[in-house]
Amino acid sequence: MTLSPANEALAAEIIGWFPRPRSALIPLLHLAQAQDGYLTDEAMRRVGELVGATPAEVKGTAGFYEMFRFEPVGTYLVNVCTNISCLLWGGEELLEHACESLDVEVGGTTDDGMFTVEEAECIAACTEAPCLQVNYRYRGRVTPADFDQLIEDLRAGRTGIAGHGVLAQVRQSIPAERLAGVFPPEQAREAPVWLARNGADG
Amino acid sequence: MGTPSATGGYPAPLPDRSAGAGYLQHAPGYVLNDGPKLVTGRFVHEDSFTLERSVATGGYEGLRAALEMTPAAVHDEVRAATLLGRGGAGFPAGVKWGFLPPGKRPYYLVVNGDESEPGTYKDRLLMERDPHQLIEGCLIACYALGLQQCFLYVRGEMALAQERIAAALNDAYAAGYVGRGICGSDFSVDIVMAWGAGAYIVGEETALIESLEGRRGMPRLKPPYFPAAVGLYGQPTIVNNVETLSNLPWLMVNGSDAYKGHGSESSPGTRMFAVSGHLRRPGVYEVEHGVTTFRELIYGDNFCRGIREGHELKMFIPGGGSAPWFFEDHLDLPLEARPVGAAGSMLGSGAIVIMDDTTDAVRAAWRVVKFFARESCGKCTPCREGTTWLEQILRRILDGEGRPSDIDLLLDIGDNISPGPYPVAAHDGSEAVPFPPRQTTICPLGPSAVAPVVSTIRRFRHEYEAKITRRDPIPIEVVPVGASQ
Ligand SMILES: Cc1cc2nc3c(=O)[nH]c(=O)nc-3n(C[C@H](O)[C@H](O)[C@H](O)COP(=O)(O)O)c2cc1C
Ligand code: SF4
Ligand code: FES
Repeated sequence: MTLSPANEALAAEIIGWFPRPRSALIPLLHLAQAQDGYLTDEAMRRVGELVGATPAEVKGTAGFYEMFRFEPVGTYLVNVCTNISCLLWGGEELLEHACESLDVEVGGTTDDGMFTVEEAECIAACTEAPCLQVNYRYRGRVTPADFDQLIEDLRAGRTGIAGHGVLAQVRQSIPAERLAGVFPPEQAREAPVWLARNGADG
Repeated sequence: MGTPSATGGYPAPLPDRSAGAGYLQHAPGYVLNDGPKLVTGRFVHEDSFTLERSVATGGYEGLRAALEMTPAAVHDEVRAATLLGRGGAGFPAGVKWGFLPPGKRPYYLVVNGDESEPGTYKDRLLMERDPHQLIEGCLIACYALGLQQCFLYVRGEMALAQERIAAALNDAYAAGYVGRGICGSDFSVDIVMAWGAGAYIVGEETALIESLEGRRGMPRLKPPYFPAAVGLYGQPTIVNNVETLSNLPWLMVNGSDAYKGHGSESSPGTRMFAVSGHLRRPGVYEVEHGVTTFRELIYGDNFCRGIREGHELKMFIPGGGSAPWFFEDHLDLPLEARPVGAAGSMLGSGAIVIMDDTTDAVRAAWRVVKFFARESCGKCTPCREGTTWLEQILRRILDGEGRPSDIDLLLDIGDNISPGPYPVAAHDGSEAVPFPPRQTTICPLGPSAVAPVVSTIRRFRHEYEAKITRRDPIPIEVVPVGASQ
């Protein structure tokens, strides 16, 4: 799907915050992924049009970043950290347990399309090892029993975690009258007034 | 089951983190210990991330103090405080700010919130628990440097941090702390949150800038060494870490003399350390910079309270996955850049990983190397190929397929990424890994992958050898002359 009217409006707003439209590429790709759960070709083409990049440039850039998906993944992406601190407290064993109990390989999705299990690199919760993220929401010091309970809760819709692609539930928005003003660099050569007031450099 | 940790099996029981052990239930991982709190002071409040709580506890007072001063005086104050960068390199912020070339406007401020170095866990807490403090820090920097545009780049995987920062920015804009005419003055700046999308290398400052320009996050060729010369859109740009900027509000309220009243002379203030691994009380601690030793931090009652029951220290990583490893003989070093550097490693990103006597040195090194192999951006050959080979060779040693020549091969590959001297014979542990590393690569990621390999071969060569000699000789397939392929 291409971008919905609501997302078109959001995209226009986001582009307006950057001195060059291309800087909005990653934020807009996240927007597209939140909409569809992954990046469709249509959405990528539209994002490219909006920021002035060819479809190849968009895909080439998106492909560099691990979070962007070009095919549907499970409703819940379960990222189990196995990096060093988690390794020390059984991160690999937790990943193994996750794969066994959901009957998938690492990177695989369950038949019902509910869960995709991935091996994650350090997610900055090392003191809470072994830890994991479900759609980028944390769970720490996870035992196999905790994991099974989590899966049960997710299946029953008891966690409040949104489907894959949705990150922050609150978006930045800047009222037009509060915006200081965004200009391309070539139109912003002047020293700002508060410096001039203090007689500093130009 | 039952055998603990990196030797296999699920470890039990997990360390206790009930209330009373110093852990705050609402800030998982953070431990409230005794000592000055310059950046985590607000963490005790469950609603520390709201504008109301922030303002009720002195939030934006630092900004008001700065606005009373000239921009140059604010810069001088930061310079006088010797505020060291907390992102890894430890470069003084005041000096870095001074590199902006006069007259080449506009300048930009980019906040590095991409925290992904293995073991590192502090910027996320600061963004989740006190986003207004970070925003205030950005404002102080922008005021001092005459900047009208700031980008706050948050790691893609940190959904809650993004949520808290977005909400905080919305509130701060509405309350007149950010945007046009801040606090009724003529100071105006826009702060915009940007996202990463899962790539460790984007934490490197020039890669971060590429990513902010909407491209693949690959480091730029150096020189110029600092984005202060050529950065975002080719303009002078300051890149600072989240924790670095979070220090500014306290500094502006209390002044550089008070700031230097904490920590040591060359490393003033406090620093957040994430101490993880086989500990009784792993956690994120705000620690006085430069004066506390590794031993106090690991064993002290005020800190981690020692290695978990029944075990002893085997080795530790003093400064994140990129740092060469330390051993028992390094415990009495202070948490200060210079002595740690002289001993051959770095404090880096403030991540300390403790490994006890159950840890398989080869497996631990392999895991860190695997990380770098996976995260190499592929721009330069020694790193792209070298990290991959290091990982594969370590994997085959672990799988019992190691070859007798593999140890030399590992060191040789290491030498191609980060030229020695790696005296191959020195495996008594007496010599340090050369640091800072020399590099054949564009950025320090490649050499980072060499550090754990050389560190462990130096000290635990016998563990490598034990794994290698246990395997059967490799069958050599003889291809008859003239046989087709
Ligand atoms: C491979 C690599 C990864 C890095 N990752 C981070 C990071 O995640 N966060 C960070 O603040 N700095 C990171 N840095 C350091 C930055 O390049 C830069 O030095 C730092 O953001 C400057 O901020 P400071 O002076 O306030 O420390 C990384 C450096 C390298 C070489
Ligand atoms: S050293 Fe590695 S990560 Fe850094 S630029 Fe070269 S290939 Fe990329
Ligand atoms: S190593 Fe698992 S979160 Fe850091």
